[in-house]
Amino acid sequence: MNLDNLVVEKIKTAYPEALEEIVDFRDERTLYIKQAHIKNVCQLLRDDPDLQFNFLTDICADDLLPETPRFAVNYHLVSMPNKYRLRLRVRVEDPEKGPETMAELWPIATWLEIEVWDLMGIRFKGNNSLRRLFLPEDWQGHPLRKDYPLGYEEVQFSFNWQEIDAKKPYAKD
Amino acid sequence: MTIGAGEDTFKELTVEELRAKVGTGMPIDDPEEHMLLSMGPQHPSTHGVLRLLVELDGENIVNLAPDIGFLHTGVEKNMESKTYTKALVMTDRLDYLSPMSNNLAYILAVEKLLGVEATPRAQAIRVILCELARISSHLVWLATHALDLAAMSVFLYCFREREYILDIFEMVAGQRMMVSYFRPGGLWRDVPEEFEPAVRQFLDFFPSRIADYEALLKDNPIWLERTKGIGVISGEDAVAWGLTGPSLRGSGVDWDYRKVMPYSGYEQYEFDVPVETDGDVYARYRCRMREMWESLRIIRQALDKLPQGPVNISDRKIVPPPRSELGHSMEAVIHHFKLWTEGFSAPEGFVYQSVESPRGEFSVYLRGDGSPRPARVHFRTPSYVNLASLPLLSKGAFIADVVAIIGSIDIVLGEIDR
Repeated sequence: MNLDNLVVEKIKTAYPEALEEIVDFRDERTLYIKQAHIKNVCQLLRDDPDLQFNFLTDICADDLLPETPRFAVNYHLVSMPNKYRLRLRVRVEDPEKGPETMAELWPIATWLEIEVWDLMGIRFKGNNSLRRLFLPEDWQGHPLRKDYPLGYEEVQFSFNWQEIDAKKPYAKD
Repeated sequence: MTIGAGEDTFKELTVEELRAKVGTGMPIDDPEEHMLLSMGPQHPSTHGVLRLLVELDGENIVNLAPDIGFLHTGVEKNMESKTYTKALVMTDRLDYLSPMSNNLAYILAVEKLLGVEATPRAQAIRVILCELARISSHLVWLATHALDLAAMSVFLYCFREREYILDIFEMVAGQRMMVSYFRPGGLWRDVPEEFEPAVRQFLDFFPSRIADYEALLKDNPIWLERTKGIGVISGEDAVAWGLTGPSLRGSGVDWDYRKVMPYSGYEQYEFDVPVETDGDVYARYRCRMREMWESLRIIRQALDKLPQGPVNISDRKIVPPPRSELGHSMEAVIHHFKLWTEGFSAPEGFVYQSVESPRGEFSVYLRGDGSPRPARVHFRTPSYVNLASLPLLSKGAFIADVVAIIGSIDIVLGEIDR
């Protein structure tokens, strides 16, 4: 049987409520999984002898601002024995109550989840290492969100030099 | 002569007392005696601005935590405010040692989202340039890796050959490093006439240069001492920790995206994927050295059967018209104006494209929302993921070996911090 169908079938048999939607776009398959079931589904995909998704390559988050649920988290899994790639997508309602951490299944997940937390602000349940990694510790906000503005610095010309200089955050004394 | 304040105190101690104080008399694994050392961010062997917090027990590493973000430039956020074509220039700045593979990953993702495919000639030229970039990147890796372990002469040789490759890049793209040569739908322009002879000349002289590097390091006892059995990781651990590229293949896992999920016509070329089984620094070194030979093989094949024809697809909605058409075609002027002001729109949806960069799997996640700007770009950069296994690799090693281990996983900080 085709692996595309096999994956869907296995998930449907084990967790009938987990699968929300199947999307095929440009020869890539995306399975929308309910947030509550994502860890079980991943466990199934990793441990099933026919599937063996042993490699978590990437976790990345999306901000779909006007839509609800606003956030989505993508898990890109690869089955090395089958040379097959699959994307699981989870819709996240409340970023403070994000999906469970995958650290028990793939240790790399901790590291990837820190990035998502730092830049997109989705908290993964059970990951105790979430911290500021790219940004300074006292940074406010999560820059990859759509409501976070791109910052610009005003250009200094001779006529407004003094004005801008006064506002620049130089080290004081 | 007094060197330090403690000098006199030590002089009064007997040998036994001294030994009791600093030697075996002290319980070695007493956490109270551990020392916390901050290595970097300004440290020559960290290959950029990487800070490592190292917990030391004597000279042995108990724990290690990478602290990154010193080069964070917000590339992913920035790209959301630029058109698909203009955002390309940002990808050069990620892995600045091999900008070609970053360009390729992004461009392939854009083309996938648009549903177009580059012409055979453009694909072959992309392969040739990416493999040249792989060699040049491996040369910088070899140079700095050897320099970290105090082999100065290798550095000079490697940079000499890299210069030749950068000259080829300048010839085709007008830039040595920040090339931005691949464009959606093809290339900036066709390669010049001198390109093929220059690459052929490189193919002729480079094998003997690899032999030079091998002669300097392969059986060098000091090199073997510093690299064999250091930073060992098993194949199973390497997969679980997401290692890719030569760092994964050094642990005996045969996994190369050029083979398993071919892109840009890699399936037409005959080449092997070097795999080593030891999983130590030396194995990773061997993998990269052997990869250079395979890259040469690919370049030779691609050059021999370089197809003729256009380098850009004919879809004027994606590729701007040539300058010559602007004088007599109103339609060309309109396309030119629309493409350079508004850009092309990509459909709604998301795609994921992986390429095998010199460091491992470089992937782009790209979401379009129907507008001329990407709604979300995410890079899965090999250096960022490979860095996560550094604590695992260096646990129990000597502090001096961390330098060798960082060199062997070949990180580029521009790519880690993005």
